[in-house]
Amino acid sequence: MSFVGRSDAERREMLERIGVTRDEELWASIPAEFRVEGPLPLPAPLAEYEIARRFEQWGERNADAGRYACFLGGGIYDHFIPAALRSIISRSEYATAYTPYQPEVAQGTLQVIFEYQSMIRELTGMEVANASLYDGATAAVEAAHFAAGAKGKRRMLCSAGVHPHTREVLRTYASAGGFDIEEIALENGRTPVGPIANAGSDVAAVIWQQPNFEGIVEDGAALTRAAHDIGAYSLAGADPVALAVLRPPGHDGADVVFGEGQPIGVPMSYGGPLVGFFAIRKAEVRRLPGRLAGVTVDLDGKRGYVLTLQTREQHIRRERATSNICTNQGLMALANTVYLALLGAQGLKDVATQCLERAHYLADRVREIPGIAFAHGDAPFFREFVLRLPAPAESFTHAALDRKILAGIPLARFDRSRPNDLLVAVTEKRSKDDLDRYVDALASWAKARAQSPREEAACQS
Amino acid sequence: MSELTLSELSVAGHRGPRLMPLDVPAKGVERLLPADRIRTERAALPEISEPVAMRHFVNLSTLNHHIDKAIYPLGSCTMKYNPKLNDEMARIPGFGAIHPLQPDELAQGALAVVAELHEWLRVVMGMPGVTTQPVAGAQCELTAVLMARAYHKDHGDPREEVIVPDSAHGTNPSTVHQVGYRVVQIPSGPDGCVDLEALKRAISPKTAAMMLTNPNTLGIFERQVGTIAKLIHDAGALLYLDGANLNAMMGLANPGAMGFDFAHINLHKTFSTPHGGGGPGGGVLCVRQDLEPYLPSPVVEQDGDRYRWNYDRPQSIGRVHSYFGNFGILVRALCYIRSLGASGIAEASREAILNANYLKARLKDAYAASHDGPCMHEFVLSASRQKARGVKALDIAKRLLDFGMHAPTIYFPLIVEEALMIEPTETETKASLDAFADALLQIDRESVEDPGRVREAPTKTPVRRLDEGRAARKLILSWQDLEAEGAGG
Repeated sequence: MSFVGRSDAERREMLERIGVTRDEELWASIPAEFRVEGPLPLPAPLAEYEIARRFEQWGERNADAGRYACFLGGGIYDHFIPAALRSIISRSEYATAYTPYQPEVAQGTLQVIFEYQSMIRELTGMEVANASLYDGATAAVEAAHFAAGAKGKRRMLCSAGVHPHTREVLRTYASAGGFDIEEIALENGRTPVGPIANAGSDVAAVIWQQPNFEGIVEDGAALTRAAHDIGAYSLAGADPVALAVLRPPGHDGADVVFGEGQPIGVPMSYGGPLVGFFAIRKAEVRRLPGRLAGVTVDLDGKRGYVLTLQTREQHIRRERATSNICTNQGLMALANTVYLALLGAQGLKDVATQCLERAHYLADRVREIPGIAFAHGDAPFFREFVLRLPAPAESFTHAALDRKILAGIPLARFDRSRPNDLLVAVTEKRSKDDLDRYVDALASWAKARAQSPREEAACQS
Repeated sequence: MSELTLSELSVAGHRGPRLMPLDVPAKGVERLLPADRIRTERAALPEISEPVAMRHFVNLSTLNHHIDKAIYPLGSCTMKYNPKLNDEMARIPGFGAIHPLQPDELAQGALAVVAELHEWLRVVMGMPGVTTQPVAGAQCELTAVLMARAYHKDHGDPREEVIVPDSAHGTNPSTVHQVGYRVVQIPSGPDGCVDLEALKRAISPKTAAMMLTNPNTLGIFERQVGTIAKLIHDAGALLYLDGANLNAMMGLANPGAMGFDFAHINLHKTFSTPHGGGGPGGGVLCVRQDLEPYLPSPVVEQDGDRYRWNYDRPQSIGRVHSYFGNFGILVRALCYIRSLGASGIAEASREAILNANYLKARLKDAYAASHDGPCMHEFVLSASRQKARGVKALDIAKRLLDFGMHAPTIYFPLIVEEALMIEPTETETKASLDAFADALLQIDRESVEDPGRVREAPTKTPVRRLDEGRAARKLILSWQDLEAEGAGG
């Protein structure tokens, strides 16, 4: 089954028109030593319902957020996605179109990009947003390239509050030689300004994240001021939901606001596809990486949209392009656009407020459990916080599975010196009942531990 | 009348879907966040009801051309039909609603999908190492060039140059530059194939790698690939296959046997995942055995009947994506491969080649072909004759839109004057190809009889030709710009 509609008569007619007797003659140019002889050693085709059965069985072997109460975050969150959004992004008109190379027959895609750019601009408090990038991590890389190009310097200071995977991706791209990355350790869960102030004058940019990876609200104004004081750019990662209640970095003068768009309308989908957003000031638009849609008129003076400033891009400038990227994440940017349109100003604020309130309710209740502490004391947080447990966090997350709770991300997976720390995220979808069940699970685990610590320790070894 | 923007549709007080009531005691934002960190002015997002939003996005969607409407013969883009089962499978909760940081034991089904997809791709490519962490062809290129650098560094010298033919996609030189290598461009012969003498002159001890598209961007299989691989390997350099054109040789030819050290696959081209209006794509990078340790971390591994992500990869170039790449795209690609099976994979390429050659046979008398003889899955015509009559490739592309068809890729590759690069793919029927050929033949006649009609096209599309110069001179990139423009007159 290869989705080909062709009768034998049609095939004969086509071969005759071409002037060959067998189709093998058409690829005679492939030297014999490179040919595949006979069928590939792979299984036979399956019918739709056979495939569906296999995939559904695989799906059942994954703990999904429909069957488990999901408290996992770290950049990817289990937020509400409206049914209308799924209906829109499933439409062939959007899903099976390509890059709008012929704008006369791509006005749908182009206007969506324009609306996306408008809403990202609004959320971030910046002046221009591009049509989107692969994900939050590569958006950080583009921000670093942008700063290195604008400042003519290559040294980047990156807060340890930036998602560890984003820092890994930054290091990978830094190995290409365009910039260097130095880390600033957190103090009490926040990025200190001291190391920035003392860094010297050869710094291109400071990269930080709001809220940071451990959930803490950074003092963005102070970080941006400290960066500017040493002649560096302030590159702010931001959570798009948090931006409904937190002061956007753009309002404090940040030079780039970038981030991961998954929380606004994109399914978790095991971490991909994701979508990166990227916004700057208008004066620097010619350095912007990625695609950009703009308004113009057609021959009759009717409003229309095109991709603009394409001379920045690789298909024109080749090795002198601002980036090698040649796609955006069109369908995911559409999901962001539909989400923001459906939720609207008040809806997004409601989502953000509920995350904040529910996370604090859980934190307050957990605080009452003997033996449970907070890694960062009472530092302000948005929808995520780090618990410091009296024993390895993995023993609790394991125990919580029996209650169908995905209890959080043990930070040991990023830092082995923190075996007892657990990153817990709470979205608007976690009901009071979910939160109370979490508290019960944690309390009974802590109690069992207090009663038989030796036994637990034995299990761990 | 144009479709209004969301901002223009917004009415203060209108609401979309609501949340469940807050069922925990509310403390208030002011008590929970530092005063100077609270957003003071509300983000001016639209206020509209769900029915209005649906009409807006549905009305906009009808302005798009797409594969489920008609032929979309963009050369090098492989716009084939996207089977619907694939999307359905990617959306089931067991795949769509799982978190990337849940323990491997709770994601065995997801890991099995990745592992099985890798297994199939190894067989198709004849190459042992594979990663699906990159999310696009351009990111595969970047990953590979970083790996090449790490490899050469481990062999004592990172080297300085990467050879790229002048017929290559723009991402090739752009990637090389981003990784800090110098681009050495070599001219192609008249058939778009590598000029071996030019290649020999370009190769030196500084050469780190060569990037080659095969079949090349003119749709010709690079017969000399074995010799090219030998020349590159004799210099201690590595050979990269830009797999944009893999749809020409799946199950017919073996890239590993050709001597490629790296090869990328665009899942959104060859393996039918939807292009989504420009993404998400899916990238696969296959490598030869001794390059495997440099692959991005983590890699999927199998222990008996259990799968796990292995992060212990000391020689890895590191991570290139936030998590594991575009997992939802991997689900779709595997679903497609299971539909095709061993026989369907080769059949898809054979039928794609047949379609391209049939279309070329129907058009070659009216339009100058870039070369004679059979092509692989795509071919390039030149509108040079039509240009002499006052009708350029751009005009022909625009006129095709009036027939309800998408235009081919135009002005690429750069080595053909007035290029029209046509890739019909295997999923077009003979009737569809005939309709497309008839349209192009009619446009050719119009170029003689009524060239003005072609130059004025399109006239039947939602908008007519758009003023791109104006868009670049007067940048209006958001509603806010549009409003400022209106206010300023």
